[in-house]
Amino acid sequence: MVPLSYYLILSGILFACGVTGFLIKRNIITIFMSIELMLNGVNLSFVAFAAQWKALSGQVFVFFVMVVAAAEAAVGLAIIISVYRNRETLNVDRVNLLKL
Amino acid sequence: MLHLIIFLVFGAICVAGAVNLLVQTHPINSALSLIAVMASLAVEYLLLGAEFVAAVQVIIYAGAIMVLFVFVIMLLNAGIEERIPGSRVAMIFGIPSMLIGSALVAWVLVERSGTRSVEVGALPGDPKTIAWLLFHDFLLPFEVTSVLVLIAIMGAVVLASRPEPSSQQMKREG
Repeated sequence: MVPLSYYLILSGILFACGVTGFLIKRNIITIFMSIELMLNGVNLSFVAFAAQWKALSGQVFVFFVMVVAAAEAAVGLAIIISVYRNRETLNVDRVNLLKL
Repeated sequence: MLHLIIFLVFGAICVAGAVNLLVQTHPINSALSLIAVMASLAVEYLLLGAEFVAAVQVIIYAGAIMVLFVFVIMLLNAGIEERIPGSRVAMIFGIPSMLIGSALVAWVLVERSGTRSVEVGALPGDPKTIAWLLFHDFLLPFEVTSVLVLIAIMGAVVLASRPEPSSQQMKREG
């Protein structure tokens, strides 16, 4: 028997770590990984609430979130490759011009 | 009791991995700690009875997506990230207020939210049940997802392919 609130706290901690990483990291790939961490935290609370309300649609929604995350990872990493090709850097502080 | 211990152990691995992701300066170390987070999250899903979600978590997240990340890190030869000194005011006020805020949220969740305890395997989400839901109740969203994935594939190919030299450039060179 694990209290549901423990799952929610864990999910909140993961989400907070993701937000912190998004704000303090300078490498564009690590920033992207922080976004994945936030999505994972949300997924955990989806599954926990699905268990509390006995509603399996929560788990189906996790599946959809994962599909969207996979699509987002493919497009985002392609954008990162394109940025690196044009600027030769992965530091977001150096990507500060709209036009080269 | 045993379940609580398993939950706490893997929850601790999760939090440690998430903090390690923030602390590490090399992206490959961050990626590896993110894989640890995802693998231990799969155990948490199993504790809740979500077998299908746990399997998909390992296969798609820890497998496919993170391989893509590691591949890009290797491809771009990403090095150690440059540290830029942050604002001291943000450090002085940000960390305590974040701790106070998260302690408040945790207190509300534990004491006041009225959430019950969850039995282990409370809601068995085996692939058969999930598939029934997915192909009956959620059939339209499922089909829309396939369009989304197709668009993502095309977008990734267009963005990552080397741009062809434009006609103007060729005229200038030639």
